[in-house]
Amino acid sequence: MRKGETLGVVGETGCGKSTLGKAILGILPVGTQVEGKILFRGRDLTMLTNQMYRRLRGEEIALIFQDPMTRLNPLMTVQDHFIEEIQAHEPVSSTEARTRAREALISMGIHEARIRNYPHEFSGGMRQRIMIALALVLKPSLLIADEPTTSLDVIVEAQILEILQDLKQAYSMSLLLITHNLGIVAEVCDRVAVLYAGKLVELGSVRDIFHKPLHPYTQGLLSSIIHLETKELHSIEGSPPDLIAPPSGCRFHPRCSFAQSICMEKVPPLVEFEPGHFAACHFGDKFL
Amino acid sequence: MPKSGSLAAYALTRLFLSLPMLLILLTIVFAVLRVIPGDPIAALFAGRAPPDVVAQTRHQLGLDLPYWQQYIFYLGQIFTGNFGTSIGENYHGKSVLAIILDKLPATVELAIGAMIVASIIGIAAGVVSGTNRDKPSDVALRLYGTIIFVIPVFWLGQILQLIFAVDLGWFPAQLRFSGLPFPNQVTGLYTVDSLLQGRLDMFLVALQHLVLPSLTLGLVLSGFFTKTVRANLLRTVNADYVEAARARGIPEGRIISRYAFKNALIPVVTVLGLQFAILFAGAVLTERTFSWDGMGMLLLKSIDSADYPMIQGVIVVYALIIVGLSVIIDVINGLIDPRVRY
Repeated sequence: MRKGETLGVVGETGCGKSTLGKAILGILPVGTQVEGKILFRGRDLTMLTNQMYRRLRGEEIALIFQDPMTRLNPLMTVQDHFIEEIQAHEPVSSTEARTRAREALISMGIHEARIRNYPHEFSGGMRQRIMIALALVLKPSLLIADEPTTSLDVIVEAQILEILQDLKQAYSMSLLLITHNLGIVAEVCDRVAVLYAGKLVELGSVRDIFHKPLHPYTQGLLSSIIHLETKELHSIEGSPPDLIAPPSGCRFHPRCSFAQSICMEKVPPLVEFEPGHFAACHFGDKFL
Repeated sequence: MPKSGSLAAYALTRLFLSLPMLLILLTIVFAVLRVIPGDPIAALFAGRAPPDVVAQTRHQLGLDLPYWQQYIFYLGQIFTGNFGTSIGENYHGKSVLAIILDKLPATVELAIGAMIVASIIGIAAGVVSGTNRDKPSDVALRLYGTIIFVIPVFWLGQILQLIFAVDLGWFPAQLRFSGLPFPNQVTGLYTVDSLLQGRLDMFLVALQHLVLPSLTLGLVLSGFFTKTVRANLLRTVNADYVEAARARGIPEGRIISRYAFKNALIPVVTVLGLQFAILFAGAVLTERTFSWDGMGMLLLKSIDSADYPMIQGVIVVYALIIVGLSVIIDVINGLIDPRVRY
């Protein structure tokens, strides 16, 4: 990721989008095997000690979850969530932490009188604003938003996206936006990464991906968008593979209409077909 | 009136709502005592008294009246605090309430002692078990929970007596107090009374007597507590808000205590509180094993001597305790959980 950019991560349900977000923060369930490296500002995060990783979470990389309704501790006031987080990372007094908590909440449009309320006293949209304020209170340089608007209605969704855009600029922060909504991607992202069955299959600018998709999966994804003129629904045949025993070669070959014998045997490498536009397909050049 | 939505308002409402519950419970006690087979008065005299004496005793107790009159008389007795007089050989002619109030502190002391033992062991073992899922410590503690739960309380009591009283001689095997003059009766709890009197030596004697009965009853309960705490902790350590807290870099110890444990505590408090209420009745066997002169012993003696008013009195007091404790449990839950309000 580049500093200050918004990268969209798209893919079907179950392709590993949320897992990616948790893997970056190192909060996958105990016993999960992590292969490869996670590079952040020149450091490999998988090499960090538990203590260093804990400090990094929230302070340098923050995560906003999909469902704000269940993400706050029901037994703590909203204000206490902030004080706790600030004091977990910085040696400041409770009074100072409280002042910063109040500022963060007011900037998110939560009324000052409500900062001592409990989570159950807020609506879904308000809770997601609280979660965003909580994620940003330590001014992280990378914000991962995991489908931040999926459980909200359309009007609140637009508000939340607007807030995220404004904050990104105000804090010169990078945003990793995980979503399955291609409309949101087209609207707010600079670059797009397409995941399929846990693998990166295509990466490029929004313009490249939407106008010249190189991977057949991306093409299928784009043709399944519904427009006003849509007369017939397009969908990708079949369903995502079982990741415990993924298909050989290219993981998409059982559902790909262009599949050749090489696709079943060889895993396609991620190749840069044009500047800044990568795809993992043996026949990517044909679609250029 | 306290502000609506406040904890005080919740507690008051809860107290008010316990009245119908109390009435239902008292009605069941009334019905059960009259439905069980056997004539209590005939049993009292065992056929050795002339019919007119039997009829007279029955008349004294109001048992010759129609049930609806008996029921009104019974409720009137309870709400005026007059439980009648004993007809058994042990306490003949004495006030039932006075005898019960004399025996109740012993049971309360034993129940509190057992509750402390069970809570300390049960909560500690449950937390270790729940945070080390399927590791050797968890497997061992689960096994402990099952085994200790199925051990009969009188057997465990006798084994502890054998080891710690007979062999080692550390603790007395019987009674609530010995060797010194009894502490002044204030609360009736010897450990508390001796401290109020400022007598540390008396306190130690009372405590020594309390150890084995409390340990016996507490150990049996601790198995159930361990399982309850473990199950609820397993549910909350995987909760969404715990994952979210971890993503914010909150230290692990704090996540366990403020997020997982505190949330797991809500159902645990309910279960523990109800067990505490059941403990009063369940102490019968422990009291018998340790000659602990409390409500359980009183109930056994009253049944032996067919002391009808006394049996009814003891059961009514049990009912009052259960209703009272259930209100207290709900208020404690309200203290922990801000969502619990009317």
